[in-house]
Amino acid sequence: MPGGTLNAVDGISFDVDRGEIVGIVGESGSGKTMTALSLLRLIPEPGKITSGKILYGEQDVVQMSDEEIREFRGNEVAMIFQDPMTSLNPVLRVGFQVEEAMAAHNRFTRQQARDRVIPMLQRVRIPAAKDRVRDYPHQFSGGMRQRAMIAMGVSNEPSLLIADEPTTALDVTVQASIIELLRDISRELRAAVILITHNMALVASLCNRVIVMYAGRIVEEGPTRAIFKNPQHPYTWSLLRSMPRVDETTRERLISIKGLPPDLGKMPPGCKFHPRCKFRVDRCLTEEPPLAEVDPGQDARCWVLMKNVQNPEAIAQT
Amino acid sequence: MSAQPTATPTTDPTLKSALVRVEDLVKHFPVAGGLFGRAVVHAVDGVTLAIEAGETLGLVGESGCGKSTLGRVIVRLQPATSGHVFFKNTDLTQMRGEKLRRTRQEIQMIFQDPYASLNPRMTVGDIVSEPLRNFGIARGRKAEQKVQEVMRVVGLNPNFVNRYPHEFSGGQRQRIGIARALVLEPTFIVADEPVSALDVSIQAQIVNLMEDLQAKYQLTFLFIAHDLSVVRHISDRIAVMYLGKIVEIGPSDAIRDRPLHPYTKVLESSVPVPDPDIEMARKPILLKGEIPSPVNPPSACRFHTRCPIAQKICSEVEPPLEMKESGHFAACHFAGQL
Repeated sequence: MPGGTLNAVDGISFDVDRGEIVGIVGESGSGKTMTALSLLRLIPEPGKITSGKILYGEQDVVQMSDEEIREFRGNEVAMIFQDPMTSLNPVLRVGFQVEEAMAAHNRFTRQQARDRVIPMLQRVRIPAAKDRVRDYPHQFSGGMRQRAMIAMGVSNEPSLLIADEPTTALDVTVQASIIELLRDISRELRAAVILITHNMALVASLCNRVIVMYAGRIVEEGPTRAIFKNPQHPYTWSLLRSMPRVDETTRERLISIKGLPPDLGKMPPGCKFHPRCKFRVDRCLTEEPPLAEVDPGQDARCWVLMKNVQNPEAIAQT
Repeated sequence: MSAQPTATPTTDPTLKSALVRVEDLVKHFPVAGGLFGRAVVHAVDGVTLAIEAGETLGLVGESGCGKSTLGRVIVRLQPATSGHVFFKNTDLTQMRGEKLRRTRQEIQMIFQDPYASLNPRMTVGDIVSEPLRNFGIARGRKAEQKVQEVMRVVGLNPNFVNRYPHEFSGGQRQRIGIARALVLEPTFIVADEPVSALDVSIQAQIVNLMEDLQAKYQLTFLFIAHDLSVVRHISDRIAVMYLGKIVEIGPSDAIRDRPLHPYTKVLESSVPVPDPDIEMARKPILLKGEIPSPVNPPSACRFHTRCPIAQKICSEVEPPLEMKESGHFAACHFAGQL
């Protein structure tokens, strides 16, 4: 697209406190990963942050010098990715990679870093850590590799941890243990945690607050309980009803959301969700709603709001 | 929604009236470079099960348990090492030539990856009509009509017959895969992870479509997936697989309410639910260790190395898959005790 600009993420504002786990949920292309990468100024070329601020304490990440951003990424933030195999170097021993992660920044000396490797691996509950420290990544299972990644991430005791689909590539029984580990680690570190995922159930399990993204925008945010029990945006509401649940007792027909998320290059006018929305009114077609408070602490970007809809199930099934 | 099977309170795996009957099916793969050049992956190791006409049997298990291989051997995409697959009481594993060709029309497969399973150089029309040409059922005008009809049935615009797969989204591509499976009017469809590559809002569209098609054409499904929530939603009965063996099989509701095998119980407890109140209280049962290698599976009960309630007998005597209550089978010496 020569000369054009695509707004992958458009006017996002949120904050995360220490000790808090915030979930950013959305489908592919919703902008959730771009949002997280921009926090670290890691947006792939030719993308860039065209406006806005990212305040870490008092500092603005957007304005940091290259040296400052390096310090910030290494000492303050850790990122855990979906696929631990592609994030670990296959020709280096796992223990050495954990050591490097610590030594690369100036919090620990080389010797201190070396001494901390085995305790770190134990902390993420890698069994027989003393022996496994000399293994290569391919000798680890998927779950163990993710633990190693978490060890690297938390070894510098970051105050912000960003986990991008940390359990998506893992089997469900392994997933369960990684969820438990993340929960414990966040508690021990008293770090702020941002969990990026498409999995609403994972959010329900881990997060204090939820941000729901659609087409590069926040469409709803609030305390986890409010979002799940009382979603106000039609997208959130429908998404929760489109998922089968393992504990379901009746086989009710799933509510599906018609159509597809919009192309970044062909955004509809008005509310970006209106082409797929069963509850839209005329205004939605032309005027984009602001993200406005619907309940204390809960915001939604919608002219209608689900609390004003009578018998939404019946409408959604039509 | 699928029709409840009316006959017997399903289902004895040896049931003679079943549409599909798998008996002691084994699939081993030789591994290159084993110490003596003859190491073997025990992908499927003695599976017996039955699928009744009109039902959906869900097959769940984690990666490497052999569920996809089982599906592929059942439709004969891969030959069995030993054992039998009876389709309408005729053994598919022994079938040859014209008879096999004719039977194959009735058995179709839907694949996980709608990107990899469609030829990028063929138009949708060609992809969907290819089975008609291969089996000499229809050509030209008649084939075109059939293709358009099937496209409409799966919710694709028939005007798009001349487009190529890359012009469609993931969900639409999965519809193309379903159209291709439907065009021969099969009775039995094996769907291998048909929704796991799709976004959540699209998954529901495909799940609903499969349920509608089943009701409309009285289809019988083997629905293979790692996601217990999806399997639970779509299946009348569920089979749970671990390291090449079925460890439990029974009606969906019974598996949810009274899981008998410890592994099933572990799986159930591991799946998060989109409800923060339930999540607050949920205590997953965490398994020790890793899934053992299918090259050298553990003795007797294959789950004994990780089972929270294993006893000495579990490593010595293999528990048979036994009926513990009506239609509900488990292979465990201590069924229902976790």
